[in-house]
Amino acid sequence: MEIRQIELEVMRYDPEKDKQPWFQQYTVPCQEDWAILDALNYVKDNLDTTLAYRWSCHMMVCGSCGMMVNGEPSLTCKTFVRDLPGKVRVEPLENFPIERDLVVVLDDVMQKLHKVQPYIIRKDDPPPEGVEYTQSRGALAKFKQLTMCINCMCCYSACPQYGLDNNFIGPAALALAHRYNLDSRDQGKSQRLDILADHDGVWDCSFVGACSEVCPKHVDPAAAIQQMKIDGALEFWKQKLGFPGGES
Amino acid sequence: MAIAKKAVVWGLFAGGGTLTAFIYPALIALFLLIATGNVPAGLQYEQIHTFAASWVGKAVLFIVLFLSLWHAAHRLRVVAHDFGIRKDKLIANAVYLVATLGTLMTAFYLISIS
Repeated sequence: MEIRQIELEVMRYDPEKDKQPWFQQYTVPCQEDWAILDALNYVKDNLDTTLAYRWSCHMMVCGSCGMMVNGEPSLTCKTFVRDLPGKVRVEPLENFPIERDLVVVLDDVMQKLHKVQPYIIRKDDPPPEGVEYTQSRGALAKFKQLTMCINCMCCYSACPQYGLDNNFIGPAALALAHRYNLDSRDQGKSQRLDILADHDGVWDCSFVGACSEVCPKHVDPAAAIQQMKIDGALEFWKQKLGFPGGES
Repeated sequence: MAIAKKAVVWGLFAGGGTLTAFIYPALIALFLLIATGNVPAGLQYEQIHTFAASWVGKAVLFIVLFLSLWHAAHRLRVVAHDFGIRKDKLIANAVYLVATLGTLMTAFYLISIS
């Protein structure tokens, strides 16, 4: 297999030692089929054991290895060296505080994912033991795309609104909420909309669409958010005019 | 928590956006045609005037102008936000005031056509 040398320019930051982030260069002999994550693993195994970064599955499932690769929020296990120039800059995901080197603090997003109530809400009593809520294929198809999210947070990194003001709930959490709003088994849409269409919810999105462009799993948070704006606007008038807000 | 009032302006913005996307390209084409002296049959001044003088015509023109104004106002607010201007309240008040004035003037002038 052909070996190609690349210059890996990696952002380093140790909050206990460094005043500000800086860049370290590594020359990495890459095999043809290597992704950026392989190059980072090479650095960790052979050149510099102090480099900190997150990864787990190496197969686009876990969502741990999101980083900025040449300025683009990317999953490093899916970003191949052969598609990039000889010099590659790797930085931690933008719009997040840096924990150390390429590791970012995700607490804010974790709270937001929790806040949007991403689970099936039923207004009736729990079904008797052994009874399931069935769902047709057509009903599943309505939201299946949104279930592909792996919480890699590339969308938050690409979102200019989250960058300007991180009170904004943001793309992945809103898309996840919409997934439950669209689920035929769920009855919590109006309850959820009180959070989603609140001041820091869907309205702060100005439909730039960068979230959907960078998503490595082809989820479309931008579309989900616009659909929720329609739901929110209708729900507002429903509540004002006193219509029953019950969703099925 | 409750649904924010932004829902109202966004509703007008979305309605106006849908409407303007369909109507304005046609209006621009018609404007260019008429400006170059090619007035299509049925769009002579007298016919348009009769349309604008009828209550149905007034209602149609009001809806189109009212929604367009609120669409443009909200769009300007969002553009200012995207440019990083952090004076949202001030900008929102200013653009919506213009849209409100425009709406009132539209109503006034439409009513006065006879």
